[in-house]
Amino acid sequence: MPLLEVRELRKSFEGAGEVLKGISFSVEKGEVIAILGPSGGGKTTLLRCINFLERAESGTLIFDGRPVDLASANEKEIRSIRLRTGFVFQNYNLFLNRTALGNVTEGLVTGRGQDRKEAEKTGLLMLDKVGLADRADAYPNQLSGGQQQRVAIARALAAHPDIIYFDEPTSALDPDLTGEVLAVMRQLAEEGMTMLVVTHELGFARSAASRIIRIGDGRIEKECPAGEYFKD
Amino acid sequence: MSGRLIEIILTSFPRILIPGIKVTIPLTILAFSFGLVIAVLTALVQFAQVRVLRQIARFYIWVIRGTPLLVQLFVVFYGLPKVGLIIDPFPSAVVVFSINEGAYAAETIRAALESVPSGQMEAGYCVGMTWAQIMRRIVLPQAMRTAFPTLGNELISMVKDTSLAANITVTEMFMTTQRINAVYYEPLVLYLEVGLIYLLFSTGLSKLERVGEKRLSAYGKR
Repeated sequence: MPLLEVRELRKSFEGAGEVLKGISFSVEKGEVIAILGPSGGGKTTLLRCINFLERAESGTLIFDGRPVDLASANEKEIRSIRLRTGFVFQNYNLFLNRTALGNVTEGLVTGRGQDRKEAEKTGLLMLDKVGLADRADAYPNQLSGGQQQRVAIARALAAHPDIIYFDEPTSALDPDLTGEVLAVMRQLAEEGMTMLVVTHELGFARSAASRIIRIGDGRIEKECPAGEYFKD
Repeated sequence: MSGRLIEIILTSFPRILIPGIKVTIPLTILAFSFGLVIAVLTALVQFAQVRVLRQIARFYIWVIRGTPLLVQLFVVFYGLPKVGLIIDPFPSAVVVFSINEGAYAAETIRAALESVPSGQMEAGYCVGMTWAQIMRRIVLPQAMRTAFPTLGNELISMVKDTSLAANITVTEMFMTTQRINAVYYEPLVLYLEVGLIYLLFSTGLSKLERVGEKRLSAYGKR
């Protein structure tokens, strides 16, 4: 049984028409899937729809065997899925009024009701994993873009999610800072984390992804193992 | 300056200052605090787009900002007894100043809420927080920091506006000065004197505001 399955996802925006025209795919546990394709093709919208940051017009999400309607899911269903997923944004979206450590622990303590001490232990462990244990007390504005994105990855990782969605995680970074973020993501992939990564980094897709989904004009144009995709 | 004038200044100073400390300042603190609570609630129902409450909030802001403070004071203190609602002068002033401040500060806070990047809200959802949790812990604190200097200005305005309460028989600084003047008839000196005391109060508040602003900037500018 796949960890996650998306069926016939459709989404349109006023003025832009239909952005996603019936997307279906599934993700097995431990897979790293790179979603490639031209800008404006609907890749980001796809990620946002399956974490309910946007409402799809229609479609079904089957998460760990439980089907949820993407258009009409209620708050409880949405939250139960979000508690099992992590999301890394293009522009990091770190909580500006929280330190690096506070960013990682906030969801654990407030969202999941974990004990603060326990959460801080986890938080430091996660920051250490992304190489930022020594910046635990820094506020986002005191961190470089690459560091902020690594904190954001630590934040997504902290709750031990079943899958992490990455929405163009290096697109907002200076070229010389993308390396440190990609290295962390590569490490996660090697450790068996299930990842769905919207990216333009073909190098990363080639070396870390197990499967490629290419989206263009709102449809899946191509879906195949990474090795096969990069042969031609 | 004549000896008589100096004596009037010296004896009237504490007589004006005491109601300043006992009435003007408590009135300001109470009304500003209640006003802030009203303002946060009014801003939140608009920000959250709660349908009916949002319209009530808009109506409230429209009416209060569109009518003079003095008229509002008169309606509550002299008008409401006509329908059997009699409120003492000081509580009347607290009610009117709170409601008035609430309407202005609501707009300040609403604008500040809207200035918080929407990604903050989305990030909160993605780490499993509820709307209320995100508002309380992430969005509202950031908005209050943005709103702080403007709210500080409103507080300073309010200290001065409390002099209007003299019109509904609250014996605050200004009314006390009027009474002293009725005895000695030295309007220039006495009104300058009370003006100076208001200036002292405002200056103290500006200093406090600046200290507060520094503290709040711990996590820097965006």
